[in-house]
Amino acid sequence: MVSTNRMSTTVEAAEIVLRDCFLAGLAGDAAQYRAFLEGLTGHMRAYLRRRLPKAQDDVEDILQETLLAVHNARHTYREGQPLTAWLHAIARYKLMDFFRAHARREALHDPFDDEHERIFAASDDEPANARRDIGVLLETLPDRHRLPIVFVKLQGLSVAEASLASGMSESAIKVGVHRGLKALAARLRGDA
Amino acid sequence: MKTHDLITNLTTGLRPVERHAVGRRLALSAMAGMLVATLAVLLTGGMRPDMGPVLDDPVFWLKSAFPATVAVAALVLCGRLSRPGARTGAGWLLLALPLLAVWSASAWLIASAPPALRMQLVLGQTWRVCTFNVVALSLPSFMATFWAMRGLAPTRLTLAGAVAGLLAGAQAVLVYTIYCAEMAPPFWATWYVLGMLLPTAAGAMLGRRLLRW
Repeated sequence: MVSTNRMSTTVEAAEIVLRDCFLAGLAGDAAQYRAFLEGLTGHMRAYLRRRLPKAQDDVEDILQETLLAVHNARHTYREGQPLTAWLHAIARYKLMDFFRAHARREALHDPFDDEHERIFAASDDEPANARRDIGVLLETLPDRHRLPIVFVKLQGLSVAEASLASGMSESAIKVGVHRGLKALAARLRGDA
Repeated sequence: MKTHDLITNLTTGLRPVERHAVGRRLALSAMAGMLVATLAVLLTGGMRPDMGPVLDDPVFWLKSAFPATVAVAALVLCGRLSRPGARTGAGWLLLALPLLAVWSASAWLIASAPPALRMQLVLGQTWRVCTFNVVALSLPSFMATFWAMRGLAPTRLTLAGAVAGLLAGAQAVLVYTIYCAEMAPPFWATWYVLGMLLPTAAGAMLGRRLLRW
């Protein structure tokens, strides 16, 4: 009973602190918003680790997807609504999304097909090097991921400048950089 | 990318968020959909010929109140379903009231009419085209509502899609009342409701695909 009480007090305290930072962030205070995202990261990582005991490798991916989702949906939070309820609904949505994608991937998994690919892959060693060439790799990305990376990461433009140069919104640029880099990393590892 | 870098990425160039973004977006899409549908009615069929005198008839206002109430309820539900973690609660009650009212009035009218006239009450003059016209008129609202909700954050996608479709259907019926001269509640209870249900079903089917984020 005592521990339950202490737990609920901690949760309430976290809600109050996070909520103040979040509301300041909504008003445009980047430092407070950063504090909110960092606080949220801690809570969310613990939450996801508890729920995904067998997929610890995916925790960081889902965590980042959730942070992105919270950021992109922040205009749908209504003052007065408990922040935890809003955050929890987003986290659960992203988690379900992960489970659905995971189930699909598992369903498509076919050991014989994998074996075929491995046999052909072993017969030539050059493409492995060529595939690491950044230009070639970037060409494989769709525009919405490639352009943000070219502008922000290679040419060093700010997000606002990249948005002007590409005609994409600033949040699309941020999402594009994030998703694009993740896709590139996956390709370098040879996942896709 | 490291989570730390992602946070830096998200906080750089942070702008304040406009207040009441959900309400504004939905209000804008609702008005745009109604406007296009109204123009479509005026340009193709025109208003019903007795539009002037019928404005003094309370039955006309009851007829318009039916889809208007459904549309308001659907709009409220769209707003709630676009916010993660918001309860839908009383919205469903608001949606049930006009339907129950029209259905019970129709049942009473049909029961008290002479048997030979009952089919006439339900079919009216235009039952063949009514549902088709309503569905056609719901298209602009359907597109506008899905556009609005794609920019928000629905987490129950099938339900959100269904309610978005219902909103489009109810708006279409509301606009259609300036053209359609049918004045019998059993007609509304059948063909108007069917006209609202088809976009609802389409929205439910497309919700998961169109509203993902």
